[in-house]
Amino acid sequence: MKTPEKDPHTEVETTGHSWDGIEELNTPLPRWWLWTFYATIIWGLIYIAAYPALPFFGSTSNGFLGWSARSSLEADLQQHKDRHASLNNTLVDAELSNLQTGQELRQYALARGAAVFTANCSQCHGAGAGGTVGYPNLLDNDWLWGGSLESITYIINHGIRNTSDPDAQFSEMPAFGEFLEEDDITSLTQFVTQLAQAKTKELNIDENTLFVENCSGCHGQNATGNESLGAPDLTDAIWLYGADSDSVEKTITDGRFGVMPAWGQRLSEADLRAVSIYVHALGGGE
Amino acid sequence: MNYLKLLALGMIVLIAAMAANWAVDLAYQVHALLVMLIAAWVFIRVLRGIDPLNIPQSTPSGYNDAVVRVGVVATVFWGLAGLLVGTFIAFQLAFPELNFDWGQPFTNFGRLRPLHTSAVIFAFGGNALICTSFYVVQRTSGVRLFGEQLSWFVFWGYQIFIVLAATGYLLGATQSKEYAEPEWYVDIWLTLVWVSYLIVFLGTIFKRREKHIYVANWFYLSFIVTVAMLHVVNNISIPVSIWGSKSVQLFSGVQDAMTQWWYGHNAVGFFLTSGFLGMMYYFVPKQAKRPIYSYKLSIVHFWALTFLYIWAGPHHLHYTALPDWASTLGMVFSVILWMPSWGGMINGVMTLQGAWDKLRTDPILRMFVLSLGFYGMSTFEGPVMSIRAINSLSHYTDWTIGHVHSGALGWNGMITFAAIYFLTPRLWGREKMHSTAAINWHFWLATIGIVLYAASMWVTGIMEGLMWREVNELGFLVNSFADTVEAKFPMYVVRGTGGVLYLSGAVIMAWNVWRTIYEPKPSKRNARMQHQEN
Repeated sequence: MKTPEKDPHTEVETTGHSWDGIEELNTPLPRWWLWTFYATIIWGLIYIAAYPALPFFGSTSNGFLGWSARSSLEADLQQHKDRHASLNNTLVDAELSNLQTGQELRQYALARGAAVFTANCSQCHGAGAGGTVGYPNLLDNDWLWGGSLESITYIINHGIRNTSDPDAQFSEMPAFGEFLEEDDITSLTQFVTQLAQAKTKELNIDENTLFVENCSGCHGQNATGNESLGAPDLTDAIWLYGADSDSVEKTITDGRFGVMPAWGQRLSEADLRAVSIYVHALGGGE
Repeated sequence: MNYLKLLALGMIVLIAAMAANWAVDLAYQVHALLVMLIAAWVFIRVLRGIDPLNIPQSTPSGYNDAVVRVGVVATVFWGLAGLLVGTFIAFQLAFPELNFDWGQPFTNFGRLRPLHTSAVIFAFGGNALICTSFYVVQRTSGVRLFGEQLSWFVFWGYQIFIVLAATGYLLGATQSKEYAEPEWYVDIWLTLVWVSYLIVFLGTIFKRREKHIYVANWFYLSFIVTVAMLHVVNNISIPVSIWGSKSVQLFSGVQDAMTQWWYGHNAVGFFLTSGFLGMMYYFVPKQAKRPIYSYKLSIVHFWALTFLYIWAGPHHLHYTALPDWASTLGMVFSVILWMPSWGGMINGVMTLQGAWDKLRTDPILRMFVLSLGFYGMSTFEGPVMSIRAINSLSHYTDWTIGHVHSGALGWNGMITFAAIYFLTPRLWGREKMHSTAAINWHFWLATIGIVLYAASMWVTGIMEGLMWREVNELGFLVNSFADTVEAKFPMYVVRGTGGVLYLSGAVIMAWNVWRTIYEPKPSKRNARMQHQEN
């Protein structure tokens, strides 16, 4: 061990320790460092007194500000509720058919509906409601189960082909691959892809026995679909699963079974109505 | 003695073979085969009378430097691997096609992400800590490392842990606890290795010739002891079957979450802070050739840091099921931690007084100082982010990722690179690194890389937080989650680019280390000089 000596550069004494040539200066604690440290400790004590911080048996200190994470969240939500209380009551109580009128209520419903859509619907239908393969576009005027405000509300409330709501809309396209010959499927595929190109007039649908026997029952004699069965119009250019022959062949062979949850089980009545009005107003509502 | 060894190894081979046969999942089976092969290989070496660990004769310095040398090589290797995976998954987030349909499930982000975090923290950082602590404790205690064979067991045992953990993630074995993903048998193995590490380190301290224990060793020791405690408590679990990898945690619900973040935060505190401060306290005064700034500061900030850090974990769980009181305490302790953390920075940076001019000419010293700068920045940012009101904006956003990386790339990465540049010439008896220009290149590539990374994550993090809470004039939410993802895309590309720069710097370092090791024979004069210096 060396004896303490003055460091020539800083004029501070060393501690006299030396490890592998490393020495230490005996510099006192920097004042600003020490005082800031003390300040944070004092602040900490005050903060502990102000907020719930100390556990006791079965309870905790509450802090003199009376704050808690739950109560502050509840206060925020309550404030939001109170702000729109009267509009909210009107929205819930009014007849659906009357909801289209009244500028202020409509604006409120659209704003609220947009927020509900963003949080709950955009995952499948897209942030802009444009849909994607298997999830319908909500901006156009092609509605599988009807486009009136009542139909849209019913679908959102009960959903489609889910197992949680007995009132859900239900239908099932058969997997024709199980009982049609491959040749028949190929020829049906060819026929349906032509339908999709809007050549209805030239095609004479009622003369195609394959189509009449297997498809017309649900999709209609003119192939224009049936909203009560959720059977799509096959003569327009809007195709949920694609209008190319591969997609159509797969649809005919295996069937399709798109599912939508029953949002009535998760959304409040006001949210349900608001989002229905929002979706209805997106562009294609009837 | 050898018969006993052969018997034990034979048993391991046999049990591993049985385990591979009865394995209920793929990860477990692959691991059993791996263990069987390793044990069989060691068995054959012992049988043929070859020292299985291949311990070289003592070096001229009298210290056990061979184990440090392989540690340096392992650090460089795992550093490259971890940074490569990190850069790749950064681009996966920007371009999801890079998850590769043909590679599922192995090339999925979800499996590669723990591979990245474990590779950089435990493989790169862990090897850096083990090898530098072995180097430092010998020099500052004035004795050879305790436990000749045991130190080699620590090294190889730790590498086996890394390989088991990494392959396990890819094969789908995980506890789903962040930074504690390895399953139960890997945890047990790491416990054995870690206790051996503690014995080697403590043994060396006990037989030291110096009267006092140097401050670097306090930090190393607090790191080793605390990590042992954290690791054991957070990994208490019951295996579903001894022939399978899956296990069930002992704690559940919010208790499990709290245990996990008590562990998680102190992994940052004791692994990435205390351990690396141990490195700092040796290498910075050595490289600057100046005495440590303040002995008093080192004592006060060591104890303050050690006492306070352990309480800070709850700040990871603000606004969750965690009770308010725990959240408040976690925040208070995190804020008070600010000055004790900065004590290390002050002591490091102020050690340079009288040596500031060296910053112009010495890129290694510059790296040390830059790492201290990033250390100071992230230990200020941490307390700020732990404040509940700020956390409500920053939590779950990329701001957290940016914060972690300014600490990890800036502080842990840079100080490790600098330590490698310090150690390599000394350990292989060279005068200096092969190329000083390459160190400069590394310095600048890494610095620009970190700036791109941190800045882009601040921007996306704060933007994301603001978008999530944005409401219109009627008080309704404006953005969907997908809107924020779309908005972040450009910044994700910038972040990936930062990663490429940082990785390129590390590649240059690997080349430089390689060339230094394989430099044509060193002159005798250098070797002698080296000997004296040691």
